[in-house]
Amino acid sequence: MASAISAMKILQPPPLPTTATSSPENLLFDPVKCNSSFFGSTHKLRFSSLKPSSSSHRRSTVVAVADVIKERKLNSSSSMVNLITKEECLELYEDMVLGRAFEDMCAQMYYRGKMFGFVHLYNGQEAVSTGFINLLKKEDYVCSTYRDHVHALSKGVPARAVMSELFGKTTGCCRGQGGSMHMFSKEHNLLGGFAFIGEGIPVATGAAFASKYRREVLKEADCDHVTVAFFGDGTCNNGQFFECLNMAALWKLPIIFVVENNLWAIGMSHLRATSDPEIWKKGPAFGMPGVHVDGMDVLKVREVAKEAIGRARRGEGPTLVECETYRFRGHSLADPDELRDPAEKAHYATRDPIMALKKYIIENNLVSEAELKAIEKEIDEVIEDAVEFADASPVPPRSQLLQNVFADPKGFGIGPDGKYRCEDPKFTEGTARV
Amino acid sequence: MVAIIQGIGAATALSSSSSFDSKGFQLSTVKYFPERKATSFVVRSDGRLIPGSNLKARNVSGRLVTNAVAAKADTSATSTASKPGHELLLFEALREGLEEEMDRDPRVCVIGEDVGHYGGSYKVTKDLAPKYGDLRVLDTPIAENSFTGMAVGAAMTGLRPIVEGMNMGFLLLAYNQISNNCGMLHYTSGGQFTIPVVIRGPGGVGRQLGAEHSQRLESYFQSIPGIQMVACSTPYNAKGLMKAAIRSENPVILFEHVLLYNLKERIPDEEYVLSLEEAEMVRPGEHITILTYSRMRYHVMQAAKTLVNKGYDPEVIDIRSLKPFDLYTIGNSIKKTHRVLIVEECMRTGGIGASLTAAINENFHDYLDAPVMCLSSQDVPTPYAGTLEEWTVVQPAQIVTAVEQLCQ
Repeated sequence: MASAISAMKILQPPPLPTTATSSPENLLFDPVKCNSSFFGSTHKLRFSSLKPSSSSHRRSTVVAVADVIKERKLNSSSSMVNLITKEECLELYEDMVLGRAFEDMCAQMYYRGKMFGFVHLYNGQEAVSTGFINLLKKEDYVCSTYRDHVHALSKGVPARAVMSELFGKTTGCCRGQGGSMHMFSKEHNLLGGFAFIGEGIPVATGAAFASKYRREVLKEADCDHVTVAFFGDGTCNNGQFFECLNMAALWKLPIIFVVENNLWAIGMSHLRATSDPEIWKKGPAFGMPGVHVDGMDVLKVREVAKEAIGRARRGEGPTLVECETYRFRGHSLADPDELRDPAEKAHYATRDPIMALKKYIIENNLVSEAELKAIEKEIDEVIEDAVEFADASPVPPRSQLLQNVFADPKGFGIGPDGKYRCEDPKFTEGTARV
Repeated sequence: MVAIIQGIGAATALSSSSSFDSKGFQLSTVKYFPERKATSFVVRSDGRLIPGSNLKARNVSGRLVTNAVAAKADTSATSTASKPGHELLLFEALREGLEEEMDRDPRVCVIGEDVGHYGGSYKVTKDLAPKYGDLRVLDTPIAENSFTGMAVGAAMTGLRPIVEGMNMGFLLLAYNQISNNCGMLHYTSGGQFTIPVVIRGPGGVGRQLGAEHSQRLESYFQSIPGIQMVACSTPYNAKGLMKAAIRSENPVILFEHVLLYNLKERIPDEEYVLSLEEAEMVRPGEHITILTYSRMRYHVMQAAKTLVNKGYDPEVIDIRSLKPFDLYTIGNSIKKTHRVLIVEECMRTGGIGASLTAAINENFHDYLDAPVMCLSSQDVPTPYAGTLEEWTVVQPAQIVTAVEQLCQ
């Protein structure tokens, strides 16, 4: 796997081997070792800028991961290369089916008038969420966009909490205050849920910075938490994306930038919006590996994720992973989805990630079909239960209106009577005049 | 003590150690107004010290009493109630507050352009990077939106960052993060994540810096729910507010002013933290309430000199907390004087003064003998030419005229 990821060193690109080897220890590059402060002194910068960078070294060979796996399969003489164990494949299957079933139920509930506003469904992209998040620890961070239901579920937020949040009930993960586009969980380290594209990427970068800070300043030696930031193809033309790629590579932050390239930003085709549509190429421009992977194949995503997460945990810095994927539904439930070519949709439907995994499992005799059916049934029950729970939960009372505006409610100030406004027990109902 | 700024005027500051919370400052204490009594002194222009003579019962907050006029007061006279203290400039006071908080809590860090090796464009973070390291005093690339967002993310995951905008105007680029993330995430996450960031930087009209470097962003950030805004004006309150902002669990925007960084004052040696929500009584008076903040405080105090000579007795309050307003101190003053003049450097349209006028009219209408008057800067991009720039902001002569008009 190591060969699939190449990087350009910031100061001095190394010569890159071109043959693929499967040993994970075979790192393609030497991380820049700074013995003084990790930014390097100005002396160092001045010195190395004098070195001519020969153009032949600047070229970085980035091999698409899909090819390497195929290569490996062809090369291995034994019958099958089993990339996962039975337990792992059950986990992956269950996670993806949960995501799919949940989103389908969301669509139903939306059309029945149980949830409102903008709801963005993840059908078809489950491989990316499962492929990455399944490998994370509970302390690792995930930062998402408005298409965040399945990221929340994969990270461990209970389906009940997410469904309640969507129904706007007080038992939701954000007490009904966030909604579909703002899923947060402190317990599961889900940092949101952002409505504007790109604005979650700096937040993710900050979480990665905090992780590095803990290790180096606060001396918490075992702090190797990584952050995974998910965002789409449209975001990759946004300034915040580039600014954060720069900072993450500069400071070697433990972050993985995952691009869920589903080729469409509402009705704007990626090809119409981007001068160079190959997003993975933008990684090496900032000094980090850029990898392209088939995002409809959870096993391939998982392999790349392992390497990227490993890099981050070892302190070697960020990785940019572009996952080619597709959303089976429109941008949101309000999107009529008329622009996309039916042939394109049909093509990707044949690459349904859940079907693909199921096929792989059956073909390799990892798990019986009956067991898979049992998982599907179990998931259906979980979803039913989530809906029932959400239905039965109370709506937020008026007193919740101004709660949580400030962590320290003294921020509402001092009223004319000399008392802090928050001292009035009815204040949070919004009755006090400010 | 005297702080002299190129002929604008000066203010003397008195500190009375008994009236502050030093280490006893608890965020959980809510009510600490009425019980506090301080020995306060009024220093007259001739340097005579008169214990409490002008202060009747109205000196409610009793916390800090500052004389109207630019008195060359004997430092020993003003500090008989407290230990000698030490003299420093405003930017040094900010740095002192920052350093004390960084010593106290290792999670406090500074993020901004040129804060580290360069020591800060206005030297507020001078010498901190060698002491604390490049990670705690982080030199960022020029990417305001992203590094402010980074500070938000770091705050959500346990750190307490201070973001420095090299000039407040640059933070316009960070508006997305400040409005959407700083202000809102605590709420949209249902209270799960706190964002204890401090965003600070110099703003205001300087000396012919041109339109874009002379912006007053307090009006733009006003409406963002979930943030607090404070403006410092003296070394004493600069240090106190800096410390309070860092310790606060809320996101706080601390507005400094380019022209006030070299103000000199003697501040206490012992630790003190000020309240983020309270206003500061600068000069008690009887005839009219003048509400101001930041640099305009000094224009007001210079006008007050003239007004006193003409026989007026203005009460000057530095509102300090731009959001939320301290309606108690302001209200008590209005109930006494019945006339209000607001003097601010914000633009006329939609500025802090506009909000304050509305708040006063809503809450204290019955106590007013005259409409609230608000003197603000002209609605113009600050011109480069010195003469034009002078007419953009409120000058002491205009303040005197306004007071005379209101007190007819």
